[in-house]
Amino acid sequence: MADLEPIEVGSRHDLRSARSPDAPDTLGYEGREATFGWVHSYETGSTVDGPGVRITLFMSGCLLRCQYCHNPDTWHLKDGTRVELAQAIRRLGEFAPMLRAMEGGLTISGGEPLVQIGFTRGMLAAAKRMGLHTAIETSGFLGARADDAYLANLDMVILDIKSGDPETYLRLTGKELEPTLRFAERLNAMNKPVWVRFVLAPGVTDAPDNIEKVARFVAPMKNVEWVEVLPFHQMGAFKWKALGIDYRLADTPPPTPEQVRGAIEIFRKAGCNAR
Amino acid sequence: MQDLGSSVLDQLQSRAWRSFKPGRWEKAIDVRDFIVRNVTAYEGDDRFLAAPSARTKAVWAKLQPYFEAERKKGVLDVDAAHPSTMLAHAPGWIDRDNEVIVGLQTDAPFKRAIFPFGGLRMVESGLKAAGFTPDRAVHHAFTHYRKSHNDGVFDAYTPEILRCRRSHVITGLPDAYGRGRIIGDYRRVALYGVDRLLEVKKAERAQIDEMWATEDIIRLREELAEQMRALRDLVEMGRRYDCDLSRPAETAREAVQWTYLAYLGAIKEANGAAMSIGRVSTFLDIYLERDIAEGKLDESGAQELIDQLVQKLRIVRFLRTPEYDALFSGDPYWATECIGGMDLDGRPLVTRTSYRMLQTLVNLGPAPEPNLTVLWSQHLPAPFKQFCLRISRDTSSIQYENDDLMRPYWGDDYGIACCVSSMRLGKQMQFFGARVNLAKALLYAINGGRDELSGDQVAPPTSAVAGDVLDYDEVFAKFDATMEWLARTYVHALNCIHYMHDKYFYERLEMALHDRDILRTMACGIAGLSVVADSLSAIKYAKVGVVRDDRGLIVDYKIDGDFPKYGNADSRVDDIAADLVSRFMAKVRKHPTYRGATHTQSVLTITSNVVYGKHTGATPDGRAKGVPFAPGANPMSGRDTHGWLASCISVARLPYADAQDGISYTVSIAPALAQRDGEAGITNAIKAFDGYFGQGGFHMNLNVLSKDMLVDAMEHPEKYPQLTIRVSGYAVNFVRLTREQQLDVISRTFHTSY
Repeated sequence: MADLEPIEVGSRHDLRSARSPDAPDTLGYEGREATFGWVHSYETGSTVDGPGVRITLFMSGCLLRCQYCHNPDTWHLKDGTRVELAQAIRRLGEFAPMLRAMEGGLTISGGEPLVQIGFTRGMLAAAKRMGLHTAIETSGFLGARADDAYLANLDMVILDIKSGDPETYLRLTGKELEPTLRFAERLNAMNKPVWVRFVLAPGVTDAPDNIEKVARFVAPMKNVEWVEVLPFHQMGAFKWKALGIDYRLADTPPPTPEQVRGAIEIFRKAGCNAR
Repeated sequence: MQDLGSSVLDQLQSRAWRSFKPGRWEKAIDVRDFIVRNVTAYEGDDRFLAAPSARTKAVWAKLQPYFEAERKKGVLDVDAAHPSTMLAHAPGWIDRDNEVIVGLQTDAPFKRAIFPFGGLRMVESGLKAAGFTPDRAVHHAFTHYRKSHNDGVFDAYTPEILRCRRSHVITGLPDAYGRGRIIGDYRRVALYGVDRLLEVKKAERAQIDEMWATEDIIRLREELAEQMRALRDLVEMGRRYDCDLSRPAETAREAVQWTYLAYLGAIKEANGAAMSIGRVSTFLDIYLERDIAEGKLDESGAQELIDQLVQKLRIVRFLRTPEYDALFSGDPYWATECIGGMDLDGRPLVTRTSYRMLQTLVNLGPAPEPNLTVLWSQHLPAPFKQFCLRISRDTSSIQYENDDLMRPYWGDDYGIACCVSSMRLGKQMQFFGARVNLAKALLYAINGGRDELSGDQVAPPTSAVAGDVLDYDEVFAKFDATMEWLARTYVHALNCIHYMHDKYFYERLEMALHDRDILRTMACGIAGLSVVADSLSAIKYAKVGVVRDDRGLIVDYKIDGDFPKYGNADSRVDDIAADLVSRFMAKVRKHPTYRGATHTQSVLTITSNVVYGKHTGATPDGRAKGVPFAPGANPMSGRDTHGWLASCISVARLPYADAQDGISYTVSIAPALAQRDGEAGITNAIKAFDGYFGQGGFHMNLNVLSKDMLVDAMEHPEKYPQLTIRVSGYAVNFVRLTREQQLDVISRTFHTSY
């Protein structure tokens, strides 16, 4: 009892903000090892972030500023709660028997799991030792950081390819598309299982040409098990408002079911296993 | 003469038992032995199932106007003049040409009966609330000539018990009506016929005629005489429906009919809160499959028998009072039927009739009764697991309990009384004890034994907390002492209740369908577990300041800082919750019980968590005065913030060894997500169940509903006549809940990531 942290991190529905006015501050976390990390929250019981039943760990810290982000309170590293790695591993251990029984495991999301690569490396290695399936959900922008040893502890990557068109990508995220594509190719070369995710936001990413570019890029990749089209939603809107950030998609409606089916159809036509 | 009698019985038995595999069950009353020798486990899928027959649909159509009228008006009719017994009412029918299974509680459907032997007050207040006039002759008889259970209990209660009852620190006691939670082994009537059962009872009686007449022996002799009288009345009741219950059932129809009439006899004799039917599906399967093999029955006919049995179980009604409805509304009677499970040799007890029983939810639509309970084992056949989860997803009308956890305790022929109380059929009963309000007890500890609402001194006076901030060690020591007092007072009250119940309202038929020498449990219970666990956690890990009113009572709390909350798989607080369960159980066990009953305890509230909360002041966990508790062993709503898996782990950490009367847990899941992946969603749900139960989880009440639907149902009840939801061990018809209970259900945690 005594060696537990006094307070653990909160719910994914908590709003974390304004703990680090001088953010962004993601530098200095790219080392191989870490003894602590900044965590936004975790949630158990997901069945959509990989096979089986999962625990999903939301790291704080992200270099992208996606217009449709539904967790803008994970952007700044120190908006999370500082957690000792050993403590986080102990906590994971409490869930491990159930997760094993449910043929699931650990998915690290965020934020961006590759920002605090030392911490997530430690978590993934621990999860493998516990016999859990492991996955990260990443934009791939920092894919070059993930060395082969890091990937060896990963059973699967959920890769967000937010746009096929470099200019749209830059406008949407504030960063370049290129590193993501290079990371995808590397994962393909090593035959690492991948689920590609594409957020369909009307007026932002839904141009057929934009979707086709992603589809054509992904279609030949044998390691890609699924392409998942995620309809944009407004459930994160309150966070933008609360954080006082200019939310440019405030009036963007979620796509209609027909629009979603249309996007899936584009992927399927290109030869992707899409849903 | 005796020889001739025996040989007639032998002939009847050999006809009824044709092609059954012989065994010990022939020589002694042993239904379990009959089942395991004759059952044909079914490992296939649900494609063989049949739709409802024309006759079933005709009967169902006849009943619909009654359901509708009842939704609008409440109680439709009562026979206020004839106290219910097996023979008090003429036989009744719904639709004589189309009823394959017959028998009603009174001479007409939806006409309720009265049970003044439990207590006249409850009868008369129920009648008045429903707009009927109490009968003068009944009133006169039960005020001048006949004492009731209720009268007896209040003769024996002490002022201290009355104070506890009034302040709601001990609540829901069965001191004014039938205690229920006894399951007659109704299958015995079908397998053996009443004549054989009477023979056995005579022999049981003869054995004790030689024994010295102590109080125990005299009571037992009288009870056996009553049991035999009840069995003879049962035969007469059957005769009025043209059924010869004296002999064993010879066909599937007779097996279903005999079993149902035995159950009907029980609900004509007793109005217990919970009147389970037991575990009949797999037993009846043996008869259904025999008739099918003999070419006498097809699948449609087999389904018809089960559908019509269930139709009868869906229209059981008792007359209750408004106070009772506030605790448990929607007319529950917990006709709990157990389905599945494994036998002691590791073979599944899943049969085609297990499927047929669940299929009634499709054929007749979702409904709270009978309370269908799947005994879940990791080893159940995969197609059966899938079928159960699909029916759950579509109807929210099934509860699940952990057979792998209970089997080592109770064997492979137990039933569930009410929601979560397991008992060996025909070999065990319980003395139902409702529950104590542990959250209120904590407040008494803080306030020196005074009630936080009334200011009355309920518990013995002690020093109240003096400072402005609660100190964990101080509060815990005071709370421990308060629980010590509460456990003693509680067992004291239960001893009074069950002494009087045996004396004035003995369940003669249900007990006739038991062995003579049985295991009795004293089924205690606790409410407010998550409130107390979180309160103690807040006191320990945060700073909890107190607010006093002008009477000097602490009536509110100010929490500074965060604290671990039960429901997040956080052992700092989960350990507190588990310790509370074991600690209170240990205190209960110190006090000898009536008839040497074994102490047990449940963590169960059903819908009564709303009323308990209403009568309890603000608590140190930040719960405001009057706010509902979480039901059963659930975390407080909104506090389990890390998903359902974390919540499940916390609940699974409660020790079953110290809560052998059951630990209830309810989960609600939004349907859009449950159905997102179709069959993949079902596969994940099965993994979740295997994981949760594999970790020692006891119970899972699964709702697949959306908040929007429930809100709409509150506003437009007529659109959702059959909307069923599960609440802490039981299913109810949502539109028949009180508005407060509806709001509570809606405010409970919905898990959306399933």
